[in-house]
Amino acid sequence: MSEQPDSGPALAVKVWRGRETGGFQEFRVPRQANQTVLDVVTWIQRHLDPTLSYRFACRVGMCGSCAMTVNGTPRWTCRTHVSKVEQGGAVTIAPLDNLPVVKDLAADMTAFFDKWQRAGGHFVPPEERPADFVAVPPGTRERRAADAGIECIGCGVCYAACDIVRWNPDYLGPAALNRAWTLVNDVRDAGGDARLAAVAGDAGCHACHSQENCRQHCPKHINPTAAIAGLKRATAVALLKGRL
Amino acid sequence: MTVATEPRGELRLWLAQRASAAVLALCVAVHLALIIYAVRGGLSAAEILGRTRGSVAWLAFYLLFVAAVAVHAPIGVRTVLREMTAWRGRSLDLAAGAFGIFIAVFGARAVWGLFQ
Repeated sequence: MSEQPDSGPALAVKVWRGRETGGFQEFRVPRQANQTVLDVVTWIQRHLDPTLSYRFACRVGMCGSCAMTVNGTPRWTCRTHVSKVEQGGAVTIAPLDNLPVVKDLAADMTAFFDKWQRAGGHFVPPEERPADFVAVPPGTRERRAADAGIECIGCGVCYAACDIVRWNPDYLGPAALNRAWTLVNDVRDAGGDARLAAVAGDAGCHACHSQENCRQHCPKHINPTAAIAGLKRATAVALLKGRL
Repeated sequence: MTVATEPRGELRLWLAQRASAAVLALCVAVHLALIIYAVRGGLSAAEILGRTRGSVAWLAFYLLFVAAVAVHAPIGVRTVLREMTAWRGRSLDLAAGAFGIFIAVFGARAVWGLFQ
């Protein structure tokens, strides 16, 4: 981040302090060229209040650590320019919705990642070792479906944006279901019908209303709603064929 | 990997609602077209009864319509209640089932009344 302040009035930044209960604290932060929301949070911690807690790692949109609620919208803060989101020189920054708060801007991601496991969001190798490497031609339908969702960085933005998660805390959520769908389409995977059973039902893909908040907010432009629709089809076929 | 057992019932309900929705899409379209057609010459009870009385085709059509509603509506209401309230479990399932039977019985009674 450039240390050379731009001209113009300072940003008025409201930052959530506390846990589930708490309040917003206001800071004045100098504007800088190409400033991101993560830059703002870092500047506050380094110059104004070292007790401010937040989470980040890569700063380049790869790790999925720094997602926060910015002016009411879940975003990856390291790739969100202040100039894009400020409203009259003001920015309000809070932890992600739909997750407990550890402290200040750090949300507790435990439930989010536990649900990846509950959705069967991990590769299941076949019991017998394949004789050779499995060829996965890039043009096949399954490969294209897996490719569409595989770039998820697990930032939790979709989970925070999802109304169904808000209504039904058991709902697995868009990211976990998207991951399950990439594995359903992985020809090397042996998770099969057990995974389909894990993602079926009103805590799984069938709770989705297809409102596409996940698609709207995903910083990687993934469409979890399409993945969930795929799971709905796959589970229905499995049930009709007597496999579930 | 753990295999959940309860979702199977939910999946069946979801499938039943999808299937009944497909039937309803056809039935509602026919019903709306019929309304538009029927009122063109003025609407009267005699005209309606003249069309439906003794007509096995209309009897079958509207019984199918009622059956689809009786499947579709209780599942949807049950889902809405589960999402918007804390009501869950067997009492909700029974209430939804009773609502479906209510629709089926009174719907069929109305259709039969037009057929007789």
